[in-house]
Amino acid sequence: MTKEKRIDPDELLASLEKEGLGKLAIFLGAAAGVGKTYAMLDLARDKLSEGMDVVVGLVETHGRAETEAMLKGLPIIPTKPQDYKGKTFYEMDLDAILARRPQIVLVDELAHTNVIGSRHKKRYMDVQELLAAGINVYTTLNIQHLETLNDIVAQITGVTVRETVPDQILETASQIKLIDIPPEELIQRLKDGKIYGAGQATEALQKFFRPGNINALRELSLRYTAKKVDRQLECYMRVNGIAGPWPTGEKVLVCISASPFSAMLIRIAKRMATSQNVEWLAVHVEPHLHRLPRNEATRDAMAKNLRLAETLGAEIIALTGDDVAGEILELAIKRNVSQIIIGKPSHTPFWSIIHGSVVDKVIRHSHGISIHVIPGSQQEAGQNCQPTTEKVKGKSADSVRWRSLTAIPYLASIIMMILISLIIIPIRYFLGPVNISMLFLLPVLVSAARWGRFPAVITAIVGVISFDFFFVPPIFSFTVVDMRYLISFPIFILVALMTGTLSDRLKNQVKYSRQRASRVSALYALSRDIAAVDKLDAVLESIVNNVAGTLEGQVVLLLPDENDRLVLQKDSGVNNFLNDSELAVASWVFDRRQKAGKGTETLGAAAALYMPLSTEQQGAQGVLGIRFNESEAQFDPERIRLLEAFVGLSAMAINRIKLAEQARQALSLVESERLRTALFNSLSHDLRTPLASIIGAVTGLIEDQNVVYSPEARHDLLQIILNGAERMNRFVSNLLDMARLESGMLKLKKDWCDLQDVIGVAVNRLGDLLTNRPLDIKVQPNLPLVQADCVLIEQVLVNLLDNALKYSKQGSKIVVTTQQKGKQLETTVANQGEDIPDPDLSKIFDKFYRLNSPLQVSGTGLGLAICKGIIEVHGGEIWAKNNRLGGVTITFTLPLSNKSMEEVPVMNKGV
Amino acid sequence: MENKGPRILVIDDEQQIRRFLRVSLTSHGFDVKDVETGQEGLDEVARFRPDVVILDLGLPDIDGQDVVRMLREWSKVPIIILSAKAQEFDKIAALDSGADDYVTKPFSMGELLARIRASLRHTISTSEEPILKFDDLSIDFALRHVKIGKTEVKLTPTEYDLVKHLAVNAGKVLTHQYLLRTVWGSTHEDDNQYIRVYMRQLRRKLEKDPSRPRHIISEPGVGYRLL
Repeated sequence: MTKEKRIDPDELLASLEKEGLGKLAIFLGAAAGVGKTYAMLDLARDKLSEGMDVVVGLVETHGRAETEAMLKGLPIIPTKPQDYKGKTFYEMDLDAILARRPQIVLVDELAHTNVIGSRHKKRYMDVQELLAAGINVYTTLNIQHLETLNDIVAQITGVTVRETVPDQILETASQIKLIDIPPEELIQRLKDGKIYGAGQATEALQKFFRPGNINALRELSLRYTAKKVDRQLECYMRVNGIAGPWPTGEKVLVCISASPFSAMLIRIAKRMATSQNVEWLAVHVEPHLHRLPRNEATRDAMAKNLRLAETLGAEIIALTGDDVAGEILELAIKRNVSQIIIGKPSHTPFWSIIHGSVVDKVIRHSHGISIHVIPGSQQEAGQNCQPTTEKVKGKSADSVRWRSLTAIPYLASIIMMILISLIIIPIRYFLGPVNISMLFLLPVLVSAARWGRFPAVITAIVGVISFDFFFVPPIFSFTVVDMRYLISFPIFILVALMTGTLSDRLKNQVKYSRQRASRVSALYALSRDIAAVDKLDAVLESIVNNVAGTLEGQVVLLLPDENDRLVLQKDSGVNNFLNDSELAVASWVFDRRQKAGKGTETLGAAAALYMPLSTEQQGAQGVLGIRFNESEAQFDPERIRLLEAFVGLSAMAINRIKLAEQARQALSLVESERLRTALFNSLSHDLRTPLASIIGAVTGLIEDQNVVYSPEARHDLLQIILNGAERMNRFVSNLLDMARLESGMLKLKKDWCDLQDVIGVAVNRLGDLLTNRPLDIKVQPNLPLVQADCVLIEQVLVNLLDNALKYSKQGSKIVVTTQQKGKQLETTVANQGEDIPDPDLSKIFDKFYRLNSPLQVSGTGLGLAICKGIIEVHGGEIWAKNNRLGGVTITFTLPLSNKSMEEVPVMNKGV
Repeated sequence: MENKGPRILVIDDEQQIRRFLRVSLTSHGFDVKDVETGQEGLDEVARFRPDVVILDLGLPDIDGQDVVRMLREWSKVPIIILSAKAQEFDKIAALDSGADDYVTKPFSMGELLARIRASLRHTISTSEEPILKFDDLSIDFALRHVKIGKTEVKLTPTEYDLVKHLAVNAGKVLTHQYLLRTVWGSTHEDDNQYIRVYMRQLRRKLEKDPSRPRHIISEPGVGYRLL
C-alpha cells in the first residue's frame, strides 16, 4: 500500500493552475526604509538589461533621492488621476497595464488602499488581477501589513496598522525576498534623513524606531520567511508524493461575534491552524431573538469580522439557537474539532450567574476538546459569540419600536383593568383581598401574552394603582397603610415582565422561523421550477421572478451572445439601473468570475450587486445583477447566502439546458450520418443489382450471334430484364417520394376521396403480384368521403399491399378493411405471415429499416417510411400490430373533415 | 404507296424514346414519324396529317400544354400525352386543353397500344351503334337500358348519363371536370364529391366486386374511363 506516497491531487491541481498565472515576487521588509523599493528597482534594472519587458506600474519614492535615481531608465506607465471629495489622487492605471501586457510590472506598497471610485478597494486585488492576466509582478510589503501578524505587531510597536494584506497573497507568491539590515544601521539611516524628511524624523524615531521594536519586527520577518520556506518544502513534498507528516483532519474552531475582540481571536485561530496545518472554522451563533433590524453598527462589525475570517481562509458557519455553548459543542463534535478558541468574558460574575457563562459551559462539556480562552483587552465589551450587547440591558430596542406603534394595547389594558375593578367592587367582601389580587393578575397575563413586555408592564402598573385605589384600605386613596401590600406590587410587575418577555421571545422565534422557512421554500420553489424545464427562456423567467420576489429587489440576468459579450436577457419587470457603466461592471464579473458591485470590495460604487453564474467545469455562463429594495440588504449575510444558493442553482440550470441542446445537436448529427450511410449503401446495392441482371440478360441476347437461346429462353431473359427495370423504377420512385417528403416540397392536392375507389386502383396497380393471393376487401357501407390527396393515398395502399405480400407466403390471405371510427377514417392492411418482434413494430417505419426475415425480401426499406410521411402530412396516424392471423396488421387513419357534404343534386341537364 | 396503316406522329425530345417507339409501333403496322421539338411537331401535323399524335409534355421549346392548345385551334387529331409521374397537374391541364388520353412514363407497350386504339376509335355515335357491349355490360342507347348479363340494372337519370358519356368515349379517360361539366353543368365543375358519390353508386350497381372494378376504372387525380 503506497499510502504514504500518495500524491495530493488538490495540491497538484493547484500547482498546475498556477502555471497559467503570472508570478509574484514580494520584497518583504521589517519596517519602512530597509530598502525594499530600492532592491526591487535594482532587480528590475537587471531584468531590463537582460532584455525582458519591464515597466513601472507605480513606485513610491517618498522623495528619497537614491530611490529616484534607480527609477531612471525604466519605462513608466503613467498613473491615473482619480477625483474624490475635491482632491485628486493618483492611482495605478490597471487597465493601461493590462493593455500593455508587460512581462514584469513593478507595483510598490502592496497594502495600499485605493481611493474610492477605483475598480478594486485594495491594491493587492489589482495585483491579483494582473497575475490572473499572466503578468509577473514585483511588489513591496512591510511585515506589519500582514493580516495575521497585525495584532502581534500592534503589541510590539503599540501602533495598529490599518492597511493589511491577507496572508494568502504571500502564500501564492512564488518568491519572497527578505530585505534585512541590522537595526543600528536602520536607525542611522533614519538619522541621516534617508528615510523621512528632517522634521518628521524625531517623532518617528521615538514612536517606532526603537531598537527593541525593530529587533522584534526583524525577528518576526525572519521567522515568517523561514516558515514560508518550510511550507514550500512541504508543498513540494506533497505534490510529488513524498512521505511526510500529513494533516490529521482535526480542526480549530473560533467563536466570533460583532465585537472587535473577535478579530483578534480570528487571527489567533488562523495562526494556530496554519502552524498545525489544519483547517479552521469560524462560527457565530445567533439567538432566535434577533434578526435583520439590529442596529447598524453591530451589523457592520459582524460583517467585517465574518469577512476577515473568510479572507483568512476559514469556513464560516452560522448557527441559530439560544444555547450558545450547546450549539458550539455540538458542531465541534460533529466536525472533528480538536481545539476551540473562545474569548474570556470581561463582564461581571454576577451577570454570568444570571445568564450563564458560555465559556464555563463550553469548558464543562468540552469532552476532550482543548479550549483556549483568550483574554480580551480592557476596551472591548467582551461578548463571546453573542452578537449584540442589547441583551445586557433590560429592554430590547426592537420591541420598543414595534410595540409603541399603536396605542391600542395600552388603552385596552387600562380598560380591562377598570372593568375588572368595577366587576370586583360589588363582590369584594366575598372574595377577600387574596383572591382579588389574583384576579388582577389576569389582565396582566392577557396583556403579556397578547402584546408583549411593555404593555404588560403598563397593565401591571395600572393594576397596582387600581388595586391600591379601590381595594387597599384606605380605599379610594393612594396611600398604603399595610406595608405588606408593598410586596404584591413588585410581584405584579415581575410577573408582567417575565410573561411579557417570554411572549416576546416566542413571537420573535415564530417570526424568525417563518422567515427562514419562507426563504428555504423559495429556494425549493426555484429548484422545482427549473428542474424539469427545457426551454432556456422559461428557466430564465423562473430564476428572475423567484430571486426578485424572495430577495426583494430588481433582478437582471445577462448572458453572453455569440460574440461572447454580455447582453440583457431577462429582467424582473422593473429595471431602472442597468446602464452602460453597470454593464461594464457586469462584464468584469463575467470575465473574472468574481462577484462585484454594491456591497463588495470591488467596484463598490455600482448601483447593484453582480454575481457570476458559473459552474466548475464550464466556467461563467452569465451574470445575475440584483438591486435590493432595502438599501442595506446587501450586508445581510443570510440574504447573500441565499442569493449565492440561488445563483448556484441558476448556473446549473442554465448549464444543463446548454448541455442538453448540445446533446440534441450531437444526436441529430449522428442520425443524419446514419441515414447518409444507409442511403449510400442502398443506392449502391439496389441500383447495381437489377442493373447487373439487366445488362447480363441483354448482352446475352444482343451478342447471340449463334442464336443459342431458344424462344422460351429468350422470353425468360426478357422477363428478367423487365423485372430488373421495374425494380429500378420502383426504387427511383421511392427515393424521389422520400426526397420530396423530406424537403417539404410535397404539396398536397386535397380532394374528396373515396377509399373504396382508391383501394381498387391500388389493387389494380399491383396486378400480377396478386395472383394466387386471396384478397379480402371489406368496405363499410356508406363510407364517408375523406379530404385527401388521392394519388398519395393510393401510393400508401400500394406500398402497404406490396409490403404485406412480400412478408407473407404465397397463397396466404391478405385482408383490407376501411371504416369510419369516430372522427377518423381507419384503413387496415393485414397479412398472414411472420409477426414482428414488439420493439421493432415502430422501427419498421424508419427510413432504410429492413427486418431480418427468413423470406428473401428485396426492397429499399423506404416503403413504410414513405407511407408514414404521407399519412402524417395529412394529419393522420399509422402504426403496426401483430394480428391474430399470425401476421402483421398495419393501420392508418385519416381525419374526416367537419365539412358536411352538401346534398348532391340530381342531374339538371338532360342529354 | 403501300397502305401502311394508321399514321402516328411522335413528338419527343428524347432520342431513346423516339427510337423505341418508332421500332415498336412500326412493327405493329403503324406508319410512324418522329420529331424533336414542339414547333416541328406543329408543322408536321399539318404536313404528315397523322391519325394520332403522341406528345411528350416535357418539350424544350414549347410547353406541352401550349402545343395541345395550338393544335386544337385547327385540328381534331387525337392527342396522347406522355407524362412523367407526379405531373398530375400538367396532365389534367393538357387533357382539359383538348388532349384525349395519357400514358405515364415508364409505360408498357400494351398500355400505349390500348390508348392508341381507343383514340383511333372515333367517338361513337349513338345512332350508328345503338347497343354497346363490354363483356357482361351492355348499354342500349335507344331504350336507355343498361344490362349486366341478362339482368337490367335500374339507374337514375344522372347515373345513366355518366355511363353514357363513359361508354361513348370508351377506353378514353374523361377528367372529373369534363364529367361534371357535361353531366351537371359548368357551375359545378369543382364539386368533385358528386363524382365520387355517383361513381360509388355505379360501381355498386354495375360491378361484380365494387372494390375491384373491372369496367369503371378510376385514374386517381385525373378522371375515369370505361373499359
